[in-house]
Amino acid sequence: MIYFDNAATSWPKPPPVVEAITNCISEVGANPGRSGHRLSIEAGRIVYAAREAVAELFAARDPLRVVFGQNVTEALNLALRGLLRPGDHVITSSIEHNSVMRPLRALERRGVSLTIVQCSPEGFLDPAAVEAAVRPDTGMVALNHASNVVGTLLPVREVGQIARGHDLLLMVDAAQTGGAYPIDVESDMIDLLGFTGHKSLCGPMGTGGLIIGERVDLARLEPLKRGGTGSRSEYEEQPGFLPDLCESGTLNVPGLAGLRAAVRWLLERGVEGIRARETALTQSLLNGLQAISTVTVYGPLDNELQVATISFNVSGMECSEVGLRLDEEHDIMCRVGLHCSPAAHRTIGTFPAGTVRFGLGSFNTVEEVDLALAAVRTLAEEA
Amino acid sequence: MTRPEYAVVTVYSTSHALRAEKVLQRVGITNKLIPVPRRISSDCGVCVRILQVDAEPARRALEAAGVEVEGIQSL
Ligand SMILES: Cc1ncc(COP(=O)(O)O)c(C=O)c1O
Repeated sequence: MIYFDNAATSWPKPPPVVEAITNCISEVGANPGRSGHRLSIEAGRIVYAAREAVAELFAARDPLRVVFGQNVTEALNLALRGLLRPGDHVITSSIEHNSVMRPLRALERRGVSLTIVQCSPEGFLDPAAVEAAVRPDTGMVALNHASNVVGTLLPVREVGQIARGHDLLLMVDAAQTGGAYPIDVESDMIDLLGFTGHKSLCGPMGTGGLIIGERVDLARLEPLKRGGTGSRSEYEEQPGFLPDLCESGTLNVPGLAGLRAAVRWLLERGVEGIRARETALTQSLLNGLQAISTVTVYGPLDNELQVATISFNVSGMECSEVGLRLDEEHDIMCRVGLHCSPAAHRTIGTFPAGTVRFGLGSFNTVEEVDLALAAVRTLAEEA
Repeated sequence: MTRPEYAVVTVYSTSHALRAEKVLQRVGITNKLIPVPRRISSDCGVCVRILQVDAEPARRALEAAGVEVEGIQSL
């Protein structure tokens, strides 16, 4: 079987991830930060080690500013709904995932105003267009780091510079880049970085979080939920410090054990190395697909300008049929349709039909790329 | 043998306690995470137990490392 759906979730997982999860459940089954006995402290250590690993990967100085949750969707909701108020203006791009677009549309109904800066059909965003959209009431720029449809990288650092210049917060959705492309929250000037554990971070589902930078006013940040934190139990008010402000309820400790192992595994290999491997595969795939006359490939068509996520269509065959036949006749798993990103498909001109998406990951090989190209060639001939 | 005299460093959460533990370990101050004694706080979390004689060096080390401390009290 060829698994080319790593943009949806990465699979398989590195063996240390599986071991860490199993070990956590069988050996350290206590509630972290709740009880104070040895096993509970041990569970707390697992969570803290996961914070440290994530902070190291993204060059965040303070592990306590890494707030864990279920996935990046929750993190993005926390950042957007937690910080934007009626009367605020927010700038975003036209290739956002619905995990940014839907919270923004809901906020818009409650009096937040929204500017969606148009990207080019390849998914490129012009930082100058972001700057031109800044108004006196602008509070935040919310950006996808790389498109989950066409892989295009957005100019986060340039926008970060602009955001700092106008005293705005920059929120970045790193779902498609965390672990696959170098991110440094300091030099990229990212104030709010949302990450999800189960994609290129190679961890389990049910893990993710938000790194909250020092420019964020915690007194203004409304948590999505309030409840038990194990700290300040004598008070009926939510603690105001991180991570407890935003982490009510028992965390997914086995998942975080897995996430920690995954991030350590990535750090050992080095994100640059992983990126180099994936860009080579991406270029072979791009070249091979473009060589098929009836295949249209979307996006930058340049491995330097994108992550290992590629969208295409075969003329004369609906993407859903391509997907089904790749699965049934060629044993290739991929994702077709709109990929939770109608805005991105409108931008690249494939709405509502959608595309076939190949998402490569750390475990894919040159042989698999060749087999997949041969399969698409066969389908293209039959279309 | 007399029981050593202890002090506890109280912090805001388990995450802070784990961070304090790391800092103290780094500077060679013996410590142990224990549940917060009820007479010190009704909180249900953990705190860092140290030797009373280490109270001042511990305070300085934690401050230098930027770990927020609620207080240091004798046991
Ligand atoms: C760009 C982007 N943002 C957000 C998400 C949502 O991720 P999750 O389902 O892990 O919250 C995804 C993946 O589905 C994505 O690709």
